[in-house]
Amino acid sequence: SNPPVAPEISSSVALDFVLIGRTSAFLLLHQARAERFFRSDHTNNWAVLVCTSRFWFNYRHVANTLSVYRSVKRLGIPDSHIVLMLADDMACNHRNPKPATVFSHKNMELNVYGDDVEVDYRGYEVTVENFLRVLTGRLPPSTPRSKRLLSDDHSNILIYLTGHGGNGFLKFQDSEEISNVELADAFEQMWQKRRYNELLFIIDTCQGASMYERFYSPNLMALASSQVGEDSLSHQPDLAIGVHLMDRYTFYLLEFLEDIHPASQANMNDLFKVCPKSQCVSTPGHRTDLFQRDPGSVLITDFFGSVRKVEITMETINLTPHTETALAYVDQLPVAQIIHQKPKQKDWHPPDGFILGLWTLILLVFFRTYGIKHLKHIF
Amino acid sequence: TTVTGTRGRSAAVAIAALVIAAGIPLWWKTTETYRAWLPAARISELEALQLELRVEVEVVFARGTLSPEQQKKVPASRITYESCCKSKSLCLVEADHALHTLTETSCGSVVIYIIPEASALLPQDMRVYVGRSRTALLRSQVASVVGAGLPEVLAALDPQMEQVLQTMSFNHQDVTAALTDRLRPGLSTRDSLADSMRAFKSSPGYEITFSLLNPDPKHHQLHWDVEAALDAYIYPLLHKMAPVANFSVDSQILYYAVLGVNPRYDASASAYTLSADSLAHVINPVEARLGSNAASSNPVLNFLLYVPDSLHSPLIIRNDQKQEVASNAFHSPRWGGIMVYNVDGAYGNDTQFPVDIAIDMSRVMGVFLSQLRLMLGFQQTGAPPGFVLEAAGREGVAEWELDRLLWSRSVENVATASASITSLAQLLDQIANIVINDNIAQQVASAVTALQAAVAELEAGNLALALEHSREAISASERAFFDPSLLHLLYFPDDQKFAIYIPLFLPMCVPILLSLLKIFREVQQHRAEKRAKRD
Repeated sequence: SNPPVAPEISSSVALDFVLIGRTSAFLLLHQARAERFFRSDHTNNWAVLVCTSRFWFNYRHVANTLSVYRSVKRLGIPDSHIVLMLADDMACNHRNPKPATVFSHKNMELNVYGDDVEVDYRGYEVTVENFLRVLTGRLPPSTPRSKRLLSDDHSNILIYLTGHGGNGFLKFQDSEEISNVELADAFEQMWQKRRYNELLFIIDTCQGASMYERFYSPNLMALASSQVGEDSLSHQPDLAIGVHLMDRYTFYLLEFLEDIHPASQANMNDLFKVCPKSQCVSTPGHRTDLFQRDPGSVLITDFFGSVRKVEITMETINLTPHTETALAYVDQLPVAQIIHQKPKQKDWHPPDGFILGLWTLILLVFFRTYGIKHLKHIF
Repeated sequence: TTVTGTRGRSAAVAIAALVIAAGIPLWWKTTETYRAWLPAARISELEALQLELRVEVEVVFARGTLSPEQQKKVPASRITYESCCKSKSLCLVEADHALHTLTETSCGSVVIYIIPEASALLPQDMRVYVGRSRTALLRSQVASVVGAGLPEVLAALDPQMEQVLQTMSFNHQDVTAALTDRLRPGLSTRDSLADSMRAFKSSPGYEITFSLLNPDPKHHQLHWDVEAALDAYIYPLLHKMAPVANFSVDSQILYYAVLGVNPRYDASASAYTLSADSLAHVINPVEARLGSNAASSNPVLNFLLYVPDSLHSPLIIRNDQKQEVASNAFHSPRWGGIMVYNVDGAYGNDTQFPVDIAIDMSRVMGVFLSQLRLMLGFQQTGAPPGFVLEAAGREGVAEWELDRLLWSRSVENVATASASITSLAQLLDQIANIVINDNIAQQVASAVTALQAAVAELEAGNLALALEHSREAISASERAFFDPSLLHLLYFPDDQKFAIYIPLFLPMCVPILLSLLKIFREVQQHRAEKRAKRD
């Protein structure tokens, strides 16, 4: 190797190396570093909000879902992380005396439809199959990003279901139903692929507690508006609109959530106290045995909001400013190539009349050979 | 009547025989779900998978480290290197660069050069120098061990070499961090959990978006030459990461985009400040306006450059100890980073608005590059005492840092792919009425083959091939697990099955059974009569 000669020589280094054979190493040594404290393990939040009933008299179910959607958006979860499924359109329904509004309270105090609603699955797209596909991720490749649940192993997911239900099932669109076994299996498949870190499941239907009886995957917390054998009741009708506006449980849930702001420290024990029997007539239930953290240490904003973990960037890389190079047009396509493109290949068809002539020829040959008397059998 | 009776009997028996012999198998076959064969034995082998990682290490002794007797025992091939360098600090870099050109290093291997204790190459208190490309210089006093053979020399070097390899290749903590979601909770430390939370999980592709937020276009007319800056600073890193994933980069400018937090004015610093706890609420209002590529499901990294409006300039970020942050930037795990760029120094009070401002892209990209490295999985390695780690510089990442990432990615891919396959097999076992198409079976088979190949390559020490196989394995296993056809038949409870079959089969089966019973009783009676006649 040639030593490079420099004009000023302040030090020179000469190293003579002797090559030794190759060795291999297999290591296993544990090093401890300083501990850092993270209160919860999630880095992003998702919400799947489903309303399963159609028809005008089920206005309250759409209002339920939209009020949870509104709270979740207000507390910070962006639309790209919310999958909203509404089985029917109440705001623009022909029977709505106040079009483009969905109210949650009589006297029309709160319009939960707002002006910034993004519905991902609407009308007849809300089916059991689509719901399970969203949860498990088994969507056809052509599904756009807004219709997918792109959660990872550090996502906290809020799932809210409302509609008409019974003991062990929830009715979709008045024509099919999802059973609690299917739901539990779907959550297990989500856990197998680590599609959630923690999951909060809220259901507001009749006999809602039966839907979370069969869960067996870890890190699930469930709330229901009524126990098995009880009916979930609606709140109050509005005489101008003509239907019941909201269900009791979600009405008091909305009232509770309106007091929560992104920096709030309210925890799940407060959520369990929402809508006691005196207000709700049915007995709300909850299930926390599959959840690893203590519910008192779980903040409401862990599921309903989207509080990001943030770290200050301490390291930077020193980059030298890059000198401007003149734009080179080398990469552009020559004009000739742009203009003279190859003509599109058209399929070749035989010229017109050719087929007619061919068949005439065949018929003539036939009758020449076998005699004209067969003609009457043809026509 | 006996003729018609026998004819009737034989007809009934024939019908019953037809129903049982042909009908039941036909019904069974036509209502069975098509399940292609899965290699169940190989899949169950995967559950007990043992990973062995092998690093190829080449040890090169310099003159003066070995005594002449030891030198004679060593397979010798001499390489002479001599250089004269301008100043002592540059010597190391030049020496490292020249040494790199001397020996060929493949992906995943490490070359350690042992230099004598008295060498002037390293500063006095430093024992190890790790260069930019898989080489390390280790200062040791092996020559003082007189009369020892080669194995003893190597054994004496072992602890130091192990420390070098743990910094350059992988250690127990990295491996457990790569496996965090597959391990029982409690096995991984809090720190490795923090690292695994920050970096994105292994994915076939990533989307990177650079956004310039200008809340005050009336006063600031910003120019940023982002294409040239990306070409110069970001694309080299992404090209190096091509074996790991595909990247798609885009950029945008957002006008009238404000941060969601009101900064407080601090008179002592005469600047507006954002404290560390308010930073968490900055991201959400902005994210709604960022947008993303609707066609792909890849994870998105967002890098935002925020230029504060003239009323709130300058804006500085304070950390927990109320000190200024040099970079004036912060990042959020698995999301991206935000940098605040103050332009109040570029103009005075009486200039005509809007002011043309050109953004210094090298400073901006320096911050974004370091944030990008964190998001992609290059950890902030704390160098052990006595180590000098060469900074990555313009290329963005050193070869050994990339190797480190490749090791942990390969392990993560292998673990995720094997977990997917085993859980898919378990799922298909449990739910008997899911149709398994041929393409799923094919994907599973190819995933299993690729997994076994990846494990074999990891054992042999070929990191590049191992990564390729592990990527194949994970993409095949994800495609198999998330195939849309695996949802075809939903759950049928047993009572519903009975409710469907009974009205169909019962009216048909009752006459057959009754006639068979009748025939049986007649035959018995006939036999009893025959016996009575005989007696």
